[in-house]
Amino acid sequence: MALALSTEKLTKTYSNQLKALVGINLKVEKGDFFALLGSNGAGKTTAIGIICGLLKSTSGSVEINGLDQKTNVNKIKRMIGLMPQEFNFNPHEPNVEILINQAGYFGVPRSEAIIQAEKLLKKMELWDRRFDIAQSLSGGMKRRLMLARALMHKPEILILDEPTAGVDVEIRQSMWLYLKQLNKEGVTIILTTHYLEEAESLCRNIAILDKGELVEQSNMKKLLLKAKHQVLIIESIDKLPENIVVENCDCEILDDHTLQVFQGESTSISDVVVALSAQNINVSHLRSAQNRLEALFLSLTN
Amino acid sequence: MWIAYKTIVFKEVRRFARIWIQTIIPPVITTSLYLLIFGGLMGSRIGQMQGVDYLHFIVPGIILMTVIMQSYANTVSSFFMAKYNNSFEELLVSPTPNWIILMGYISGGVSRGFCVGLAVTFTISFFVEIRPYSLSILMATFFLTSIMFSLAGFINAVFARTFDDISIIPNFVLLPLTYLGGMFYSIDILPSFWRGLSSFNPIFYMMDSFRLGFLGIGSVELWKAFMVPLLMILLLALIANYLLNRGVSMKTE
Repeated sequence: MALALSTEKLTKTYSNQLKALVGINLKVEKGDFFALLGSNGAGKTTAIGIICGLLKSTSGSVEINGLDQKTNVNKIKRMIGLMPQEFNFNPHEPNVEILINQAGYFGVPRSEAIIQAEKLLKKMELWDRRFDIAQSLSGGMKRRLMLARALMHKPEILILDEPTAGVDVEIRQSMWLYLKQLNKEGVTIILTTHYLEEAESLCRNIAILDKGELVEQSNMKKLLLKAKHQVLIIESIDKLPENIVVENCDCEILDDHTLQVFQGESTSISDVVVALSAQNINVSHLRSAQNRLEALFLSLTN
Repeated sequence: MWIAYKTIVFKEVRRFARIWIQTIIPPVITTSLYLLIFGGLMGSRIGQMQGVDYLHFIVPGIILMTVIMQSYANTVSSFFMAKYNNSFEELLVSPTPNWIILMGYISGGVSRGFCVGLAVTFTISFFVEIRPYSLSILMATFFLTSIMFSLAGFINAVFARTFDDISIIPNFVLLPLTYLGGMFYSIDILPSFWRGLSSFNPIFYMMDSFRLGFLGIGSVELWKAFMVPLLMILLLALIANYLLNRGVSMKTE
C-alpha cells in the first residue's frame, strides 16, 4: 500500500533544549483514518507542525505521497489541509471571507471558492452565520469553521488536531459522520484527539507518542486485542450475596447492587455472566469500567 | 500565485475599509486642523516660503505625511494582528511564497496610503486650489514613499511583541523625522549645520520631490531625491524577505 505520510527519524529539539520529538518513524497509508495519540506535551502538535511546514525539524525527513518535504514544500502544502488545535483565524473577519481567503492562498479562484465555501458552510451548519464575524461564534462553531477552512482547497490529506474539543455531542456525531464520508471518498485523515472513544470509533490505524517517542504504531483492532485485562462493572436487580466467586477473576462489591470484576486473561465476558448466573445473580446491566483503548493508552504511556 | 497575491491585497483593502472610521476619518480631520491653524491662521503672518504662499507650501508635506503614516500603520497593525491572533498561520500552511506575502502586505499599505492620501487631497481642495506641477513626479514619489514605509511597518511588525512596540516607531521616529524633513519649512532657511543634518533624513528627499511635483519648487536634484527612497526600498525589502524566510518571530525555533 502506498504511503501518504512517512517520517524517518524525525527529531525536534526546541531552542530551549526541550526534546519534543526523538527520532520518530511514522507511516500512514493512503486513504487511512489514522489516530495520533499522546498525552499533553507528547509531541503530537510538534509533529503536525513539522508535517505542515509550520515548524522546522532538527533532523530526519518527512515524505508526503512519496515527495520529500524539503524539496517539494509547496507541492506538499497543496496536498494537506490542517485544522489546528488553537483557533487561528482573524476573529474580526466574516466567516465566509475566512474560507474564501484561505482558498485564495491555495490558488483557488474566488468564483470557485465561493461555491466551495457555500457547500462547506451548509455542511457545517454555519450558512446562516456566514456574514457574522468569527468572534461571535461559539467554541463548537469555531471548530467547525476551522474544519471547513481546512477543506477549502480539497486536500488529499486532512490533519485534524483535536477537532471535536468543545463540540457538543450532537454536532460531534455529525462531524464524525462527515469525516467518515470524506475518508470513504479517499481523503487520508490523521486525527489527534483526547477523546479515545473517538479514535477507537473512527480510526483504522494508530500511533501513540509518549515524551516525543513513538511507543506504539499498529492496526487499531490488533492493538485492542492486546487489551487483555478489562474491568467490568456489573449491576444486579437483586441484592448481591457476600461471597461472589468467578474463576480467574477478582471480584469486588461496590454496593448492594454493583459488582466490579477484574476480568482474567482466559476468561470471557460470557464466562463471567454464566458464573454469576450460577450464583443466582441476575445481571441487569454490564459495562466496561474503562475504555479499552484508554487502558492500553495509559499502560503504554505509563 | 497571483490569486494568492490578489487575495491578500483584497483582504487588506477590505480590512481598512471596514474600519474607515479609524483609518480614513482621523487623517482627514487632522489635515483640516493643520490647514486651519498653520495655513489659515498663521500662514498669513508667515508670508511666503520659497516664493509661494505658506498655505500652498505646506500642502504637499501634509499629504505626504498622511501617506507615510497610513502606509506604515497599515502593514504594522495588520501584520502584527495576524501574528497576535495566529491567523498568519493561514498563510504559512499555504503554498504562497514569502515574497508574494510580502508584496501583498506592501500593496495593502500602498492602497491605504493612496486612499487616505486621496481623501486628504480632496479635503485640501476645499482650502486651496490644487493644480499639480507634474503628476508623474507626484505619483512616482507617492509610490516610492508608500512602498518604503509599508516595508518599514512590516519589519516593525515582525519584531513587535506587544501593542506598545507597534506605536513606538511611528510616534518617536516617524513623526519627528517627518516634521524635521521640511514639512513646514524649506531647509534653505536652516543654518548650514542643520541643513547638512537634514540631508541624512530620507523623508527630506521624498518631501522635496513631492513638493516639486506639486508646486514646481525643490531643493535637491530629482535623481537624488528618487535614489534615496529607491535604495531604502531595496534594503528594507531584502531585510523583510530575509525575516520572512527565516520565520523570525513567526515560527517557533
